Amino acid sequence: MGFPDCIERTVELAHPPARVWGALTTAEGLAAWFGHEVAIDLHPGGSARMSWSDGSTKDMRVERVEKPTVFGFTWQIDGLPDEDPRRTYVEFTLEPVGAGTRLTVVETGFAQLPGDTYRKAYDAHTVGWASELGEIVAHLDAV
Amino acid sequence: MSSAKSSLTSMPSDTEAIAEQVFVALTDPTRRAILAALAEGGPATATDLAARLPITRQAIAKHLTLLAEAGLVTAEHGERRRVRHRLRSAPMRVAQQYLAALARDWDGPLDALTDHLDRQLTAAPASRNIGHARDLEDLHDPTIDGVKPARGPAS
Repeated sequence: MGFPDCIERTVELAHPPARVWGALTTAEGLAAWFGHEVAIDLHPGGSARMSWSDGSTKDMRVERVEKPTVFGFTWQIDGLPDEDPRRTYVEFTLEPVGAGTRLTVVETGFAQLPGDTYRKAYDAHTVGWASELGEIVAHLDAV
Repeated sequence: MSSAKSSLTSMPSDTEAIAEQVFVALTDPTRRAILAALAEGGPATATDLAARLPITRQAIAKHLTLLAEAGLVTAEHGERRRVRHRLRSAPMRVAQQYLAALARDWDGPLDALTDHLDRQLTAAPASRNIGHARDLEDLHDPTIDGVKPARGPAS
């Protein structure tokens, strides 16, 4: 069982990088294929927000804007509470291939270590037994 | 961002172990019931749980030991030596991250991007979604016309 930290995909598109760039980095472009509604402040450190028709939203932070080659942003991790600070990083790379574009997306950061310490089995076992004895005491006390 | 790409299985093994403990815990319906009761009602003693669930106190105690060893519950000591068991959410969040990676669908959105761009130009040749991982593909491929069978999701 591997813990997937990095997801990568590559698409060959029969469209020049400039057109693909527009679809990736503008509100109108992203709303046509990715989000339902999109707002984006396209510069490093800028905020963006995507929402979908099911009501879900993701806050994003633009990290890299190197037109027309690299576009990177961080966003919230699915399933974690809104206040969780962890983010994954998504980076699109556009490479001209003939008259078209090779588009690569890489998303990393799914396996960030948790902030809390993971309890060791020994401690847990000790506490488990103390719990059991406490239960017996309580039971006897109640008689 | 470095162009070197890490492999899928290079993550710290204790992170993976944490997620696995959660999945093992959730396999058993009795343990699911215990975790749900703690999530819904807050910390509880084994006796409390036995009163609320159709499970014997002995069985609950056994499952609580496993859950404690997995770091999914922790004991807090209350008055009169009553020990209450409390859900620990950190392992759940690790498991959620694991699932987030599995649930991440780039294939769907990339197909939608391809369709969107193709629709914009009615006369353009169709794009192809190959969807392969870089480390399986020869980076010095000939042009798009050197066709390999598409291996991405069915469109």
